[in-house]
Amino acid sequence: MSVHSAEDSKKTGKRNFNDQFESPDFYAIDDLLTEEHKLVRASIRDFVKKEITPNIEDWCQKAHFPYGIVRKFGDVGAFGPTIPVEYGGGGMDYISYGLIMQEIERGDSGMRSTASVQGSLVMYPIYKFGSEEQRKKYLPKLASGEWLGCFGLTEPNHGSNPGGMLTNFRDMGDHYLLNGAKMWISNSPKADVAVVWAKNEEGRIHGLIVERGMEGFSTPETHGKWSLRASTTGELVFDNVKVPKENLLPNKSGLGAPLMCLDSARYGISWGALGAAMDCYDAARRYSLERIQFDKPIGSFQLVQKKLAEMLTEITKAQLVCWRLGKLMDEGKATTAQISLAKRNSVAIALDIAREARQIHGGMGITGEYPMMRHMMNLESVLTYEGTHDIHLLILGHEITGIPAFK
Amino acid sequence: MKILVCITHVPDTTSKISFSDNNTKLNSAGVQFIIGPYDDYALARAVELKEASGGTVTVLNVGEADTEPTIRKALAIGADDAIRINAFPTDSYFVAQQIAAVAKEGNYDLILMGRESIDFNGGMVHGMVAEMLGLPSVSPVMKLDIDGGKATLSREIEGGKETLELNLPFVAGCQEPIAEWKIPNMRGIMSARTKKLEVREPAQAETKTKLDNYELPAPKGEVKMIDKDNVDELVRLLKNEAKVI
Ligand SMILES: Cc1cc2nc3c(=O)[nH]c(=O)nc-3n(C[C@H](O)[C@H](O)[C@H](O)COP(=O)(O)OP(=O)(O)OC[C@H]3O[C@@H](n4cnc5c(N)ncnc54)[C@H](O)[C@@H]3O)c2cc1C
Repeated sequence: MSVHSAEDSKKTGKRNFNDQFESPDFYAIDDLLTEEHKLVRASIRDFVKKEITPNIEDWCQKAHFPYGIVRKFGDVGAFGPTIPVEYGGGGMDYISYGLIMQEIERGDSGMRSTASVQGSLVMYPIYKFGSEEQRKKYLPKLASGEWLGCFGLTEPNHGSNPGGMLTNFRDMGDHYLLNGAKMWISNSPKADVAVVWAKNEEGRIHGLIVERGMEGFSTPETHGKWSLRASTTGELVFDNVKVPKENLLPNKSGLGAPLMCLDSARYGISWGALGAAMDCYDAARRYSLERIQFDKPIGSFQLVQKKLAEMLTEITKAQLVCWRLGKLMDEGKATTAQISLAKRNSVAIALDIAREARQIHGGMGITGEYPMMRHMMNLESVLTYEGTHDIHLLILGHEITGIPAFK
Repeated sequence: MKILVCITHVPDTTSKISFSDNNTKLNSAGVQFIIGPYDDYALARAVELKEASGGTVTVLNVGEADTEPTIRKALAIGADDAIRINAFPTDSYFVAQQIAAVAKEGNYDLILMGRESIDFNGGMVHGMVAEMLGLPSVSPVMKLDIDGGKATLSREIEGGKETLELNLPFVAGCQEPIAEWKIPNMRGIMSARTKKLEVREPAQAETKTKLDNYELPAPKGEVKMIDKDNVDELVRLLKNEAKVI
């Protein structure tokens, strides 16, 4: 419910957002941020309150991907904030990138997925592994949201084990011939450009830029999701697609190339899931003070306080992990295992917090009046994509013991 | 066209306000400061006018160093450069003298600001500045279009609105819906880093008022519910407790 009516807004000149979200900062982590970081966060928060939270419930209930948000994300600068300005990016540091993801996912994980796929999984590989011509051709249009991109790694029979992929291309002299299929691809049904990972004749993985309109390339949508309903997901089907040779990403090959993209995206998810956790906590804190049972606000009962105290504890720990990881990213020192720890932790605590916050809301908690159920369902995807909860344990286990336990 | 936009640095409207030093100082700890919301409208319109027909937007703030993040935000929104007059804005007259000094030197075609600040809500600065410069002043302006050296604007008046035509330059106090607030984008935030923020020492000026102290409104009393049939109790409470009858 809104505390500010339109009348109030007229009197005070205050922005009239119904969405009252405020993020917790129990350990004065803001003192570790620059004024610029805080302005980034405040701006994206305002953007989310204006463009996302008023509509997100409706979009999710109708499983509608709001294509118009793509341009708006481009305008506000949510696509590829760490990509240099000369290619249309923001030229920002990783703390800013993290804060942008936190605020967008605070609004909705599906919206954050749209933005992080575009930035970390499409723009990042083109910037890192692409030729100068490729950078110039694709990055500015992806940054502005004129084009939407997707990232095709997962296949129907190869999810956690992408190295086993079957999608392949053959050198036909003046072009490559691409065959195979990808599944669970965020943004695919509306994408103009796909960064696709496929094996050459020698079985080496390369990245190829496939464009909508190429003959034999289709993107059927995946229907019936109970999660990320405002994000569109689909397949990528390649039936003898002729890909021009200049569309191969020249500067890196092997499984390491897509895994580097995943590192960047997983870093964003660490902050993003934390945003979803904050939204649930903030809703629960407010509700616990408003809802009266047994003649008292439910926040006066010890069991409710325990839930809130535990939520704040986990959020605070995760904030410190994300902040430190961001600094390591900026210094170019963050390792895959460190990113795994943060991604896995943030998503796990966010899911727990969503469930507990849902309980604090009682029956109201299952409705779309409050965000917890939506976050909870969204986070089930976030728990699985970009390396499942368990695969990250294996990455950490490998780091600790030196022994890979994947197979 | 050279536009000067004067912005205030004020507590967010949801801030909890308290005072220290015998109720003579605002306790700023934990208070979030923002661009004055009416000034924010003025800034948004200035940036739109610049985008439509070229020119420059300079933001001006009279304030101490702690206002710089607020000024940077204005630069991120689209102002080209900024001036901070390094002084605490003691009262409207003092602030107006500072603005007038800058305006005289800068030869601006248009001076915009909010209809009032939302901390002290004086609503006098635009009028004073115009008087000091010998220019017309209009407020609250809800619509502003410029065509060459002429402006068409509409203004809220008691029970209606008036539409005016005016030659540049003039001073306007703005309010919604003159423009929609702008949210800074990431590129704007990055380019604000390198935009010029000039700090000037205040012009010689007088302060004609002296602050005694601030007082917060009394906290709202508790609501008492009285059964609709118990009129005697209602009358008793109105007489003895509320003392209004
Ligand atoms: C909404 C959504 C969007 C997505 N978007 C994209 C996208 O844009 N691009 C893209 O390429 N992919 C995308 N994915 C795919 C995602 O990355 C995969 O779903 C994920 O990697 C898991 O693969 P899988 O679903 O095949 O599960 P599987 O790999 O079959 O795993 C099933 C279960 O087995 C467990 N498991 C597997 N191997 C091991 C092992 N060695 N040891 C222990 N446990 C194991 C897993 O942890 C999991 O619990 C998306 C998925 C979803 C749901």
